[in-house]
Amino acid sequence: MNLPTTAPETVISLQGVDKYFGDFQALKNINLSVAKGERIVICGPSGSGKSTLIRCINRLEQHNAGKIIVNGAELTDKVKDIDAVRREVGMVFQNFNLFPHLSIVENLMLAPRLVRKTTREDARVQAMTLLERVRIPEQADKYPSQLSGGQQQRVAIARALCMNPAIMLFDEPTSALDPEMINEVLEVMTDLAKEGMTMICVTHEMGFARSVADTVVFMDAGEIVERNTPEEFFNQPEQPRTQQFLQQILSH
Amino acid sequence: MNFDFALILSSIPQLLEGLSLTFQLWILSGILGLILAIMLMLMRISGRWYLAAPAMVYIYIFRGTPILVQLFIIYYGLPQVEFIRESIAWEILREPFGCGILALTLNTGAYVSEILRGGVQGVPKGLGEAAAALGLSKVQRFIYITTPLAVRLSLPAYSNDVISLMKSTALVSTITLLDMMGIARVIVSETYAPYEIFISLMIIYLLITWVTQKIFALLERRMSRHIIQ
Repeated sequence: MNLPTTAPETVISLQGVDKYFGDFQALKNINLSVAKGERIVICGPSGSGKSTLIRCINRLEQHNAGKIIVNGAELTDKVKDIDAVRREVGMVFQNFNLFPHLSIVENLMLAPRLVRKTTREDARVQAMTLLERVRIPEQADKYPSQLSGGQQQRVAIARALCMNPAIMLFDEPTSALDPEMINEVLEVMTDLAKEGMTMICVTHEMGFARSVADTVVFMDAGEIVERNTPEEFFNQPEQPRTQQFLQQILSH
Repeated sequence: MNFDFALILSSIPQLLEGLSLTFQLWILSGILGLILAIMLMLMRISGRWYLAAPAMVYIYIFRGTPILVQLFIIYYGLPQVEFIRESIAWEILREPFGCGILALTLNTGAYVSEILRGGVQGVPKGLGEAAAALGLSKVQRFIYITTPLAVRLSLPAYSNDVISLMKSTALVSTITLLDMMGIARVIVSETYAPYEIFISLMIIYLLITWVTQKIFALLERRMSRHIIQ
């Protein structure tokens, strides 16, 4: 008889990960496991290694020691493995990084067509569906430079979703936005969370962390200082460094 | 000083007889030079020293010496070498036209490769990362993201080099070729009217430059429709 497993499946596992930039150690012995459907928010002061950490997960940065296992595949130097992991892991950047020479819908169609060999028609249908989901189908034939920052970031989210990733990484997705555009992006991310997407999000949006995250991870000086539920994290932070950080960002 | 306006006009049709040769030299060495430039640029950015170093030495030599010297070495120097005379390359190098094409190609290739490298390196790094994160391979990233943006970034500097190459074709008149410049020199030696003839020649070159500039300006406008950053 098969009992339902209580332990959820682990989709990302970092074990003893170190990362150096020259002599500077950006990540120190990072251990983190992410369960399927889990929503993790990573916060911490700038330069604490948050972005480096999630950039290691899809190997935009190469770790120097330790193990990173994504969806059962260990990240090594093999190009094939890296591309395979990247197909399953979507990423959203601080600066959107939309392809300026392609229209919005072409931005969404490029990777499915090249990597998944989807036909033009299917890729377009899928792209339009996703643009509806991020609530900007009417912008499909415009170019990135014609859109506002908030719209561009929503397109960037849709573009990542076009590859049907199992995991989504967000690298400070609202940091480059004007204040009035932050909410429209957070709403799309909240929708995504409700649909059960596994998400790791580096952000300073503490409201988002409170309402959406299952787990908040606090990093400082390349280390994970504290890992907690949002309630515990915001109400009774364990570590002095966490308390200090929260005081600084919540005092205004 | 007598200035013969009629001669300016009447010499133009004569000079235009050399237009075809000027164009042949320009377009052929322009295309071959571009191919060479792409190869040199790829070697230069390959990140492998055994590819990058030869490309750098090559670029240094051909940018660091006058094209006239390069032309003379190819035209007067290479035929002295016996194995070149016996090789298949002799078919090209025995003709001044072949020497002209070779010199212009080698020279423009060096310049254009640096222009292209600037374009490639001007493409924001984040775009390549975004494409990588979507699972595009290195080659796909280069073809679909880097290339179109680098071409746009290179275009203004490249148009300069294309015009400069057109003017450089005049140097082949020193190795007996009768391009427009060569014809002008013949007419001058017959009429002793250097001002009029060379002014006619200037007018023709200026017209070609003007059309070329227009074409590139159009191209630039077309390509930058959406790339306002």
